[in-house]
Amino acid sequence: MDRRYRLIGAGALALGVVVAAVQCTPSAPESRRGQAGPQSDMAVAAQKTYVAPGDLDQYYMFASGGHSGQVYVYGVPSMRHLSTIPVFSPYPATGYGFDDDSKKMLGDLTWGDVHHPALSETKGDYDGRWLFINEMNGRIARIDLRDFKTKQILGPVPNLHGNHASSFVTPNSEYAMMASRFSRPVPNRAVGVDKYATEYKGIIAGVKIDPQSGNMSLGWEILMPPFDYDLGDAGKLASDGWMFLTSYNTERAIGKLEVTSAQKDRDYIVAIDWRAAEKAIADGKGDVIDGVKVLDPKKVPGIVFLMPCGKSPHGVDVSPDGKWIVGSGKLQGVTTVFNFEKIQTAIKNKDFTGEEDGIPVLKYESIKDAEVAVGLGPLHTQFGPDGWAYTSLFVDSAVAKWKLGTWEVVDKAPMSYSIGHLSAAEGDTVSPDGNFLVGLNKLSHGRHLSVGPSQPESFQLLDITEEKMKLLYDSFSEPEPHYAQIVKADKLHPIEVYPKEENKHPLAVWDVASAGVTRNGKNVTVKMVAVRSTLTPTMFEVNEGDTVTVAITNIEQTTDELHGWGLLDYNLNLVIDPGETKTATFVAKKSGVHAYYCTNFCSALHQEMQGYMIVK
Amino acid sequence: MKTHASSRRLLDSAIDGTSRLMLLGAAALLVVTYFVPLWNLTMFAPQYPEGLRLDIYSYTLIGGNGGQDIPEINVLNHYIGMHDLNTAAFAEFQWMPFAIGILGLLILRTVVHATMAALLDVTMLFTYFGAFSIWSFGYKLYRYGHDLAPDAAITVQPFMPPMFGYRQIANFEVYSYPRLGSYAMGGAVLLLVAALAWTWWRSRQAEPVATGTGGV
Repeated sequence: MDRRYRLIGAGALALGVVVAAVQCTPSAPESRRGQAGPQSDMAVAAQKTYVAPGDLDQYYMFASGGHSGQVYVYGVPSMRHLSTIPVFSPYPATGYGFDDDSKKMLGDLTWGDVHHPALSETKGDYDGRWLFINEMNGRIARIDLRDFKTKQILGPVPNLHGNHASSFVTPNSEYAMMASRFSRPVPNRAVGVDKYATEYKGIIAGVKIDPQSGNMSLGWEILMPPFDYDLGDAGKLASDGWMFLTSYNTERAIGKLEVTSAQKDRDYIVAIDWRAAEKAIADGKGDVIDGVKVLDPKKVPGIVFLMPCGKSPHGVDVSPDGKWIVGSGKLQGVTTVFNFEKIQTAIKNKDFTGEEDGIPVLKYESIKDAEVAVGLGPLHTQFGPDGWAYTSLFVDSAVAKWKLGTWEVVDKAPMSYSIGHLSAAEGDTVSPDGNFLVGLNKLSHGRHLSVGPSQPESFQLLDITEEKMKLLYDSFSEPEPHYAQIVKADKLHPIEVYPKEENKHPLAVWDVASAGVTRNGKNVTVKMVAVRSTLTPTMFEVNEGDTVTVAITNIEQTTDELHGWGLLDYNLNLVIDPGETKTATFVAKKSGVHAYYCTNFCSALHQEMQGYMIVK
Repeated sequence: MKTHASSRRLLDSAIDGTSRLMLLGAAALLVVTYFVPLWNLTMFAPQYPEGLRLDIYSYTLIGGNGGQDIPEINVLNHYIGMHDLNTAAFAEFQWMPFAIGILGLLILRTVVHATMAALLDVTMLFTYFGAFSIWSFGYKLYRYGHDLAPDAAITVQPFMPPMFGYRQIANFEVYSYPRLGSYAMGGAVLLLVAALAWTWWRSRQAEPVATGTGGV
């Protein structure tokens, strides 16, 4: 062929491809943006979520703040962010991590990766007393809901590593749970990963909770095979006394886990008879490892059993009546429902198919009731009344609604986008409310004003009162909520000032006349009074190198009259609530004059609330 | 002279059972004043939608919100240089319960020593006590509103807080009204006056021609 024709031919062909490509580019459906789900009539949705100025929400939602180390408090149904409770990270807004007590509680760690809040329970229902919250550096904390403050951090707990499968309290808050996501040698020592399958161990721990004070102490640990322990839920009512935790990487693989740990069709849900564990420890069983009593299932049988569950299960959730255990294999299209009675029968009849490091593996067919085809990537399940179950689907980016017993999937609500956990109102208790459900989505792109590459996470509020779920509202959150719990507002009775009579702080002073400076060698104590609108004393002198303790009492007894104490050049900012005394101890290393002032706006003469520290 | 003699007779006349019952009622009402406030001041501002409340008893001040409203009022008042409100600063709280007790005993005495003269005495005394108390209350309010520290952060015109009714003071709406204790006190006065009137009327009935038809 003539060269010219060849060129023309090639050009025509190229043009044709371009035209074809333009013709074939599918455009996103009109409904895609802003209307991802089946939406209520807008006016109805607005009415259901609108909380008029001055009115209060029906529910509190406590959402884990992920690697922010904090807990976020939201109101439902308005989805307004009400407060942030700092737990594992310093938070200048409330002075957390700057005063002596909270600094000591944080220790050397100034971050935490917070995952699963667990409200304290009585008879399987939220009782509004405490909130337990885990984080990855082997710690668990207790927040007192009387004042929404972190009161205790337990850990890092010896032996266990990467505390993801936590906090999950038992129905009467007897225990919270902790477990290793990252198995490692126990006791910890340098052993090569080539010995992972045999030398590395997982740990599951029961954290004992004092029924009066809520004080946490390590109850027991169980030595487990080197799997990755992931999530859990306590048995309740019919299954009270048992704890269920998922595990993946039962392949005991190392390296590129996204491939190597996804080889087996089934991993395990670990079933623990926690009363038996408690008894074994009381009977003096267990070996002391790194100062902690550890039960080895090989030596103490009858406590731990393995339930096969496909595939790489993430969430495990117990139905409100405690009869069913729902395990969601994130790498498949079904969620598996186990029957607690059948589990007990299989254990009694030794209906086992094998063992893992001495732990019996129950026969899957004997304990399973159903594989419910909910959709792709099932992660977590929450419940409503009347046997309704709601399972989040990460891959499908949706929530599936299905029925316990009939196993029928009746509805799916698309979520924007890639839902992780979900939280129904009181949806993990013995009596779920069945009105609201919040999807905690991992991706929010395009559904909010752009704020640059660091994107917020997304909450979506669904109305679940009718047969079809309806999207009511989009809300956003700082990184990064994992699980959240939604509790009826009237179960909580927070105080708003610390009553003067309760302040037993040895350095508290309650009148301006008692404020002042005392010196003992190189130690200087400043007893300071904060009240509108003076910090007394308004000046104090120390010598360079002195160890200075400033104890500030906010003698206000009025709601919302907080005072701050920021000391410039010294990286200090305390916030003292009404009736509270806080201390800051530091070495006066920098000479000269340094101003301190009230950082938390208090009054018309807030700007005048200031003083000087003079370091000679 | 006849009129004088008639008054004498009236003053010396015994009071009857009905009047004594009224007096017992008056004494009982005085007992009530020990348990309930005499007066109340309530102040509303945008920042205080629930209001700050101050109940005045015969022997103390009690703030609303579990007592917290008094320190709160003091914190606010210090910005304009007012004195702190506190029970110790009021001499009234020392003598007032005592005076009410004395008046009660005098009323009971009149029940026993039941003459019109005694009744008139105790009624006069009570009226004087009531009037003095109200003046004293008003004077205290006046002093609080006028004795302002000259170095206060915020300069306000000296003012008279309301004794009765409503007044706007800066950002506060201040309401001042008597409470049950004052009504009990008022009721006691009414009973005393009623007993007086009853006794007088009875004496008129008993002596219908004392003045009108006696003639010259």
